[in-house]
Amino acid sequence: MTTIPMEPQQEERLRAAFDATVARHDRIEPRDWMPDAYRGTLVRQIAQHAHSEIIGMQPEGEWIGRAPSLRRKAILLAKVQDEAGHGLYLYSACETLGVSRAELTDLLLGGRQKYSSIFNYPTLSYADVGTIGWLVDGAAICNQVPLCRTSYGPYGRAMIRICKEESFHQRQGYELLMTMMRGTGEQRAMVQESVDRFWWPVLMMFGPPDAHSPNSERSMAWGIKRNSNDDLRQKFVDMTVPQAEALGVTLPDPELRWNEERGHHDFGEPDWEEFAAVIRGDGPCNAQRLAHRRAAHEEGAWVREAATAFAAATAQEGAR
Amino acid sequence: MSADRREWPLYEVFVRGKRGLNHVHVGSLHAPDDAMALRHARDVYTRRNEGVSIWVVRADAITASSPDEKDPLFAPNGDKIYRHPTFYEIPDDVPHM
Repeated sequence: MTTIPMEPQQEERLRAAFDATVARHDRIEPRDWMPDAYRGTLVRQIAQHAHSEIIGMQPEGEWIGRAPSLRRKAILLAKVQDEAGHGLYLYSACETLGVSRAELTDLLLGGRQKYSSIFNYPTLSYADVGTIGWLVDGAAICNQVPLCRTSYGPYGRAMIRICKEESFHQRQGYELLMTMMRGTGEQRAMVQESVDRFWWPVLMMFGPPDAHSPNSERSMAWGIKRNSNDDLRQKFVDMTVPQAEALGVTLPDPELRWNEERGHHDFGEPDWEEFAAVIRGDGPCNAQRLAHRRAAHEEGAWVREAATAFAAATAQEGAR
Repeated sequence: MSADRREWPLYEVFVRGKRGLNHVHVGSLHAPDDAMALRHARDVYTRRNEGVSIWVVRADAITASSPDEKDPLFAPNGDKIYRHPTFYEIPDDVPHM
């Protein structure tokens, strides 16, 4: 989108209109004036979110061929297809801010935009498919439900669609784990081992503690974010504890206990150095995930070229 | 630039949720041509019986009012409150009004 230089008074007037819209919790729409920093923050956040959905297809996708029954394969395929769809909703929302799909793809493939740290952890056992549905998608729902009311219209609308579908993701995961917990001792151990591995990285999905989250305050003022990282993390822990009990697994945190006074669970601190390392690119699967995404993009080039050539040929025929 | 680096045109997608309802805008997507846009729209926007009919239209074919003109554009009806039924005072005991 082109920016035309304007009179200071005019900019002042537009800024006041923008501030008033945000203050009354109304939505900003694509062709409204918005501060450059608001636009930049949204592009970064929505793109990162879109990339997470697309990269997020990989850890579970690895298990489609190895799912133990046709029913489980069909469920997993549908779920991974949903992740692709979520990525597309979000890329479309991001493009309304004036960036192109090609730019966003390049930024991901070039490692210049991030995606959620959780997808840099491997899926070592089939139980991980269940744990991802239950805990990873459960945490995503906690993060995403408030985003349905975010101040940027297209982002909020994309989140509403996504949240409706995430509920299936979480429930299929929990049901998968329940089935395994009714199985052999070996299967139960597999579930516990998977939960042990994922618990802390899942808590990191909410981002750094509020005191170390530099952009949070401004995003909240703009109505992009509606809740702080620590509040959402607390909410997730409180929701998850009874689910873990019902499932019969132990959450691997010796400090986890109900605090009557606060009316919430107390819990331990995730390893923020590990989080920083994964964000930096030093997680267990960062290189693998990006390499896989790049290969898929390059190997799919002929399909895009063929579709473009076919469209051009048909258009020419139609013109004759 | 190879062919695949050229962006496919942007399409806006409208879905009729069920018979009797209007088509409603649900989002957008890129496609090389109209037929592929329709096919992609089905896969992206109607995976769970969200619709019985889809329209796709190239975004560059849409003419939209500008948000800057909002006030002058909609001003003509702003002061015509007599267009609303509540403008007219009818005694409470008159039935079916």
